[in-house]
Amino acid sequence: MPRSKVYEAVTERLEILDIEGRVDAALMPEIDPSRIRDLYRDMVLMRTFDTKALKLQRQGRMGTWPPIKGQEAIQAGVALAMGENDWLIPAFREHGIMVLRGVPLHLVFAYWAGDERGSSYPEDIRCFPVAVPVGSQWQHGAGVGLSLKLRDEDAVAVTFGGDGSTSEGDFHEAVNCAGVFGAKTVFVIQNNQWAISVPLHRQTAAETLAQKAHAYGVPGVQVDGNDVFAVYAAASEAIERTRRGEGPSLIEAVTYRLGDHTTADDASRYRPEEELKEWEGRDPILRLRRYLVEQGLWDDDQETVLLEEATSWVDGQVKALEEMEPQAPEEIFTSMYAAMPPHVVEQMQSLLEEIQS
Amino acid sequence: MSGQNAEGRSLHAVPEVATEKLTIAQAVRDAMLEEMDANERVIVLGEDVGIDGGVFRATEGLIERFGSERVIDTPLAESAIIGMSVGLAATGFRPVAEIQFMGFVYPAINQLFGHAARMRNRTRGRLSCPMVVRMPYGGGIHPPEHHSESYEALFLNTPGFKVVVPSNPYDAKGLLVSAIRDDDPVLFMEPKRIYRAFREAVPAESYTVPLGKADIAREGTDVTLIAWGAMVRVCLDASEVLARDDISAEVVDLRTLNPLDRETMIESVVKTGRAVVVHEAVRTGGFGAEIAAQISEHALLQLEAPVQRVTGFDVVFPLAQNEKLYLPSRQRIVKAVEKVLAF
Repeated sequence: MPRSKVYEAVTERLEILDIEGRVDAALMPEIDPSRIRDLYRDMVLMRTFDTKALKLQRQGRMGTWPPIKGQEAIQAGVALAMGENDWLIPAFREHGIMVLRGVPLHLVFAYWAGDERGSSYPEDIRCFPVAVPVGSQWQHGAGVGLSLKLRDEDAVAVTFGGDGSTSEGDFHEAVNCAGVFGAKTVFVIQNNQWAISVPLHRQTAAETLAQKAHAYGVPGVQVDGNDVFAVYAAASEAIERTRRGEGPSLIEAVTYRLGDHTTADDASRYRPEEELKEWEGRDPILRLRRYLVEQGLWDDDQETVLLEEATSWVDGQVKALEEMEPQAPEEIFTSMYAAMPPHVVEQMQSLLEEIQS
Repeated sequence: MSGQNAEGRSLHAVPEVATEKLTIAQAVRDAMLEEMDANERVIVLGEDVGIDGGVFRATEGLIERFGSERVIDTPLAESAIIGMSVGLAATGFRPVAEIQFMGFVYPAINQLFGHAARMRNRTRGRLSCPMVVRMPYGGGIHPPEHHSESYEALFLNTPGFKVVVPSNPYDAKGLLVSAIRDDDPVLFMEPKRIYRAFREAVPAESYTVPLGKADIAREGTDVTLIAWGAMVRVCLDASEVLARDDISAEVVDLRTLNPLDRETMIESVVKTGRAVVVHEAVRTGGFGAEIAAQISEHALLQLEAPVQRVTGFDVVFPLAQNEKLYLPSRQRIVKAVEKVLAF
């Protein structure tokens, strides 16, 4: 009985833009220069509202906030690769791409400020609400991808999660099922290397997260997640492949959580300072700015204008948040069912009587 | 605390014992530390319990003292935390597993209900699961979604678990020590709302508070308030308000929901003739219904009024801005007491 090789896979990593802002011309995807400037604007906008949210939290005007600082290139790059009718199924650190897909920022803020209406997006927005139970959203991504396939829609489902979530059973079930059913799903792992206090090497004994896709017969690729061009190139390839009906794809985008897990966390308790410093030097925004300046596509005046515009737009969203009417007390009951059962009506009335008395 | 019943409360009976002022979170940590010192088979595992010391600091310093083989930072996998604990417990360890928030227990339910609770019975005692599953539960801290749930009823409807819910630092330490020494799986629910709300003198040395023993947290004669965990303090507050109107409320802190100390509870209800059950979990199918049923089975003729429930509503636990609307309040308890008195 011979021993024979039954399976072998190679996991590729894609890098295009280095930390000095130089690109590998052979790998550089075709992107119109004005689109590259838009990518930069998108990333600066994310950084601006993330910083604002942290400030609001410190002032007591925001609840617990999970920062996205450092992960902007993944979210801007994938957003650029998505088509108009594609669905986004986020976890909880995807505010950037949610806003780029049309979720009003003041609603994102409202959700994290503790208002359910923050998950009630405008009708035409194809985005699931934030999923806090870790890894649960991967399954919805597989389901939406199956739905798009069964309904023969020209759209794909793009679902996000973190490195920690790949340890949950849900991740494995989702990628496996998507593979079995040929779901039109693209799985994007934002590998920021820390799941609260647990580093990636304590999360898995595998070299990469991308290789896990191979176990389910799904193509997986790793990209430098702080390199917006590599993210865009890999996401375009995966999304178009999936859109053509060739089955799901998985992207592991390696980045770093420059902030705390959330405002309730203090990463300095468990994370080496030198590591943080090193990754601050790999900031995706700095890198893209270096490229733009080098190419003559960006200057200090444009930077000043952009920062002013971003700040004023975000301030406008904060104003919209604070101008929302308070929720009516009965709203904790009224959306529980399509039609409220009598015992829920009774409970609602008892609350309203209590408030009136 | 105006604890009158010395049962399991050696603090009051033996005041000369050296004590320190601890919060519930610190008392929980002390219990684990002492039990790990006493028994090398006691291990702690969960998400962020090691280097970080737990998101509520309930395992702070344990990894420094006992090392990463006994204080295990697990991957982000609740089913693995519990499933592996079943394997560890059945082969000689005493795992103290942490589920970071009760709202995140669902992936582990298969292991908890399908295996941990059943192992002893299905092997007719050949294997068992002497493990503790610690879970911060309940609302009131303005957290994000899925961080406020109280799911005790699910566990009480699954035979095989013991279910323990302390309401103060003294009980937290003594009950957790008992839970770790217990030979069956124990769900240990920690009221995160009062994790650090107050400090209480706790003996520095090891002691136990027995499982299955309720505490009379306040003596009274007109009505019995029955509660556990964070709601005990709300009941004590309500009792103060009632006292101003010369209404004397007795507060029974159940401490253990399974096994239930029916004797203490029924004795109190027989004495006062009236009962109000208070819990944070949703109303329908909540443990309050079981308590009301037991009172009617054992003390119906001594009741002056039907048992009332003050509970959460039958809704998803609201996000931060509306959590106050949901949580049972002093005012709601007072109103329920007025209702049973007016019956």
